[in-house]
Amino acid sequence: MVKFSDEKLKKVDEIVARYPAGKQKSALLPVLHLAQEEFGGWLSVETMDYVATLLKIEPIEVYEVATFYSMYNLKPVGRYMFEVCQTGPCMLRGSDEIIDYIKKKLGIGVGEVTADGLFSLKTVECLGACGYAPMMQLGKNFREHLTPEKVDAIIEECRRTAAANN
Amino acid sequence: MGRKLLLEKANVPGIRGFEVYRREGGYTSVEKALRNMTPDQVTEEVKKSGLRGRGGAGFPTGMKWSFLAKPEGVPRYLVCNADESEPGTFKDRYLMEFLPHLLIEGLVVSSYALGSKATYIYIRGEYAWIPDILEAAIEEARAAGFVGKNILGTGFDCEIYVHRGAGAYICGEETALIESLEGKRGNPRIKPPFPAVRGVWDCPTVVNNVETLAAVVPIINIGGEEYSKIGVGKSTGTKLISACGNINKPGVFEIDMTISVEEFIYSDEYCGGIANGKRLKACIPGGSSVPILPANLLLKTVKGEKRMMNYESLSDGGFPKGSMMGSGGFIVLDEDQCVVRHTLTLARFYRHESCGQCSPCREGTGWMEKILKNIETGKGKKSDIDLLWDIQRKIEGNTICPLGDAAAWPVAAAIRHFRDEFEWHVENPQECLVRNYGLAHYADPLEVATA
Repeated sequence: MVKFSDEKLKKVDEIVARYPAGKQKSALLPVLHLAQEEFGGWLSVETMDYVATLLKIEPIEVYEVATFYSMYNLKPVGRYMFEVCQTGPCMLRGSDEIIDYIKKKLGIGVGEVTADGLFSLKTVECLGACGYAPMMQLGKNFREHLTPEKVDAIIEECRRTAAANN
Repeated sequence: MGRKLLLEKANVPGIRGFEVYRREGGYTSVEKALRNMTPDQVTEEVKKSGLRGRGGAGFPTGMKWSFLAKPEGVPRYLVCNADESEPGTFKDRYLMEFLPHLLIEGLVVSSYALGSKATYIYIRGEYAWIPDILEAAIEEARAAGFVGKNILGTGFDCEIYVHRGAGAYICGEETALIESLEGKRGNPRIKPPFPAVRGVWDCPTVVNNVETLAAVVPIINIGGEEYSKIGVGKSTGTKLISACGNINKPGVFEIDMTISVEEFIYSDEYCGGIANGKRLKACIPGGSSVPILPANLLLKTVKGEKRMMNYESLSDGGFPKGSMMGSGGFIVLDEDQCVVRHTLTLARFYRHESCGQCSPCREGTGWMEKILKNIETGKGKKSDIDLLWDIQRKIEGNTICPLGDAAAWPVAAAIRHFRDEFEWHVENPQECLVRNYGLAHYADPLEVATA
């Protein structure tokens, strides 16, 4: 069953308290971020229903938001998701070649997950790192000035972290 | 070297922390405003400064503030728009990441002017590490008495909260941002009513860009009149430009709007010239939605005058022969770049980001992407170019919010200035797959009409 720990529930209360009384729906985006982090990197229907209960809103109000914003994943993703920007400024600096390189290196296409569940690849639109292109988002952070060598190093780094945490 | 007001202290070690920031003169604008000025006097200074919204639209900030309705007993809100998502733009990120206290200081002074006791920073979800930086800065400022209850003992209360979005360009549009802050899809609202009358939670609201609010700090410190003397004409003060693309030194630069575009691109103080010794082909000077200009029209206006980096000069010639200052997202294309392919990535961006509310934008952005993809991959027809033109014209002006215009303009400008490149793609479907059209005549001297 999907349920936040007491510590996370406290965090939810803290988020709700940022908005005027009765406007707890405003906490929906931040609470969905929290839920996605806690429950496996994506939002299942069960998770969304749980968030609706927490915020005392209808489930549909959560679904319509979760499907609108690109950062909420509606199906399982790899433990490490490479979100590579492909918009104009990144394209000018070779993002298409970086995407091709990652595809070849990991043996997956855009929107797919590697067989070991470790990696997935997603193309995204402008992340606001145009001066440091090509780039990708990995978890909370940006990885910038990408080259094939850098991509290799990032993949190695993820494998090492995953091995150490298993 | 131009005058710096925002980034002057950006390289001081430790400036991200309160102690160093304060030692370097930080938060004096809060002391000055809260102790010696009334809220209306603060607004008056901002009006005098001539500050224009730095998010892209360039609307006078002081005037926007003066529209705020002030009914008795109804809370008012200031919301900081940190949803920076316009391709080519990454200046607000720089400010928040490296000078968080400058934003917090600007927020406290602006909140005082507007009477906002709860102020929200709406930050794009992808800048996932920046809320921590901002929240740490808010806590430091609170500990020093600059945020929270009874600031500096003046009786003014102001809380600042960070609200993270979740990936939607449209939320940079102020009414979509308000919807999103209320926990809904980012569908822009029909105006009127304007946010100044009915904004977040139906209360009067002002939404301002990060850089705009940061600029309030020097305005209060040096005075609106002094600020208005920097720059030229109605382009007062300084502007952050985020430069990217095929240049030697991409990054964020502060300019005082008196330098020329040529100097900005080629001077070592700024972009440092075109990368790899290539030649300049084209440039989008103000974020992806403003018109792209070929080198000749970029460096000189159609009157043959030097084009300058300010609101008036960049828009000199209107859309047919000019562009816009926009958000300051400066995207440079070298001689090897393909304008069709570049336009395709922008069309794909706008299709992806359309909220789907208005059919001209929802359908039109998809059609434009599809047609551009055909042309780029050698499957286009001559008539497709006119079709593209027709579609963009039918989107522009026919949608609730400016995203429709933003999607139409880059396509229109690309066809207007680079039509021969589109035609070449159609006429050479094989060749266009293996090589680009190149510099062509786009850098040739302009023919200046004489009487």
